[in-house]
Amino acid sequence: MSILIKRGMVVDPASHREDVLDILIEDKIIKKIGKDIKSYGAEVIDAREKIVIPGLVDLHTHLREPGREDEETIRTGTLAAAKGGFTTICCMPNTNPPIDNPTVVKYIYREAEKNGVVEVLPVGTISYRREGKKLSEMGRLKESGVVGFSDDGSWVVDSNLMRRALEYAKMFNLPIISHCEDPYLSKDGVMNEGYWSTVLGLPGIPAEAEEIAIFRDLSLARLTGSKLHIAHLSTRGGVELIRKAKQENIKVSCEVTPHHLALCDEAVKNFDTNTKVNPPLRTGKDIEALKDGLREGVIDIIATDHAPHTQEEKELEYSRSPFGIIGLETALSLVIKELVEPGILSFMEAIAKLTINPSRIIGIDRGKIREGSMANLAVVDLSRSWQVKEEEFFSLSKNSAFIGWTLPGKVEFTICKGKIVYSEDLEFLHEF
Amino acid sequence: MKFERKDLLDIQSLSVDEINLILDTAKSFRQVLERPIKKVPTLRGKTIANLFFEPSTRTKLSFELSAKRLSADLLNFSSSTSSVLKGETLLDTAKNIMAMKVDALIVRHSLPGAPHLLATYLPISIINAGDGAHEHPTQGLLDLYSIREKKGKIEGLSVAIIGDITHSRVARSDIWGLTKLGAKVRVCGPPTLIPVEIEKMGVEVVYNVEEALAGCDVVIMLRIQQERQSASFIPTILEYREFFSLDERKLKFLKPDAIIMHPGPVNRGVELPAKLADGRRSIILNQVTNGIAVRMAVLYLLLT
Repeated sequence: MSILIKRGMVVDPASHREDVLDILIEDKIIKKIGKDIKSYGAEVIDAREKIVIPGLVDLHTHLREPGREDEETIRTGTLAAAKGGFTTICCMPNTNPPIDNPTVVKYIYREAEKNGVVEVLPVGTISYRREGKKLSEMGRLKESGVVGFSDDGSWVVDSNLMRRALEYAKMFNLPIISHCEDPYLSKDGVMNEGYWSTVLGLPGIPAEAEEIAIFRDLSLARLTGSKLHIAHLSTRGGVELIRKAKQENIKVSCEVTPHHLALCDEAVKNFDTNTKVNPPLRTGKDIEALKDGLREGVIDIIATDHAPHTQEEKELEYSRSPFGIIGLETALSLVIKELVEPGILSFMEAIAKLTINPSRIIGIDRGKIREGSMANLAVVDLSRSWQVKEEEFFSLSKNSAFIGWTLPGKVEFTICKGKIVYSEDLEFLHEF
Repeated sequence: MKFERKDLLDIQSLSVDEINLILDTAKSFRQVLERPIKKVPTLRGKTIANLFFEPSTRTKLSFELSAKRLSADLLNFSSSTSSVLKGETLLDTAKNIMAMKVDALIVRHSLPGAPHLLATYLPISIINAGDGAHEHPTQGLLDLYSIREKKGKIEGLSVAIIGDITHSRVARSDIWGLTKLGAKVRVCGPPTLIPVEIEKMGVEVVYNVEEALAGCDVVIMLRIQQERQSASFIPTILEYREFFSLDERKLKFLKPDAIIMHPGPVNRGVELPAKLADGRRSIILNQVTNGIAVRMAVLYLLLT
């Protein structure tokens, strides 16, 4: 089956191309890119006045399967991804059982193949059972297809173990993804430590809990010469540390989530549990620094940290509710609203941080629009805005902080491996 | 002026007019308490439930008596005897009590925001009787009432709040109330027990008690809890007492007519020696009596 996307504005950061072009897709592959392509029998998508971008790549998704299929499944998580314009998502290993052995990796690949609609690439654990005590079998994990290693949700407190992990991962050329949080400083904390935690009487997590952890991990990355990726950066101090590390040519990359750009800690003031995330929402000053970091290239990518939780888990006292909110379906629109509209990044720069940059970090051939490449694409109407509604989420969980918000930019089609996996127009989805 | 609120969750969001309305209403109820028949029919037919998920003597009894003085029916619920132990959520427990056709819930909980959770999901009135370290609005209001009763006004007074500010909901409610009404507030305690950026709430922070007391009209002493030692907020209670308890010598720094307050329960001999707790400057028991009047006013304003 072939698909012809007609006369869309193609924006491809990998090639810096921005032009009105037709794209012909045949057998999972971008067959041809050019003007006035004709193809008889192809399904035609009229993309006039629309933008065509590479399918988005998320380095930080929690799919919850196996173990918490009441929160999300590979099926629902990938449907949500497709709706948000994502065609490749990397799922974090804090599942039950955790992704610390090839059996779980194979299970995820098989499930994604069978029931998923976009590509799922598992991240393996750094330590056995995510316990931070001894290394997981990184080699066997790599052989079975993981794209990075992370104990996400926990920092590897043992500095020696982290050093060994960084060193060992070198032979696979995969990044160690670090959740930077000193658990002694963040103990009991449920929000950013600052004026609002004082007012609300909620235990705080100081910015230093993140900064101390980043400093150590950067030091170890320098010591080992290994590839380090810092997950969900949230603090001004963290941006400064990474800026300096990059000047010293330490091999570090880092990500920020859309919610850390769109919301500050004041959002907690009504005790809405959908503002409870880890790292916590920080201050306006931190947000400014994160935006500066994005503009200067200190922050390489934007990742969702999509973290589904059930209604039951979120209708609790703030301190008892788990950390995390969903993000796949709102990420692109939030990036447009917070970064593109205010002129912090051009649209193309923003898309780079959602496509080619994350692809490079994990070394996959994705995130670009090129003849011969995998046909992973999204068609977006930038002139349309939409209202975020709880009942319209594809994710099994509805724990979004953005319900009721009106956001710019609507994904109209998502194509993964040459198949339409999301379309507002249901007739295109006849294959499901 | 009418009191247009469903709930009383904090003092932070109250306007000066709303605070004054509560205090003025409390004044008329205070007179009722001096009558031989201390009961009015105002809330006859209304049902109020006390939901206490944390131990309390004073506040629970005070709300109970306030409801009874207004002729409302009152249910008492405490978590140790409830289905909370069976895993029922706070929201579900409250919904079940509401289903018994209750008009208002008075909620005491160890976690900040617990009353807000109920106020968000339930259509009935929620009164915060203390939520973790967040607020204790009726305590704050009764403190304002008691100060105004003794001093005639709040505006222009200097007030020192001394002790564990970090874990104190009373401190936060007092700070909002006092600063809104124009008092100058100083907080004092070991730096480990002063929360960050509290200056932005409009108070001055000092670590030296004598400096904190200097020229004050009112001093509010807070309770220090034993468990603060094990979490390394302070080395020992003994050392704390040496630095932060009130004694005859430190009293000399206060204005001659200054009053001593405490939200209770007092650790006699720790933050306050018995002699001062019972002394002529202490208005601790007036606070308790006024608490009934203030809580009557709050119930009346919310439920009529």
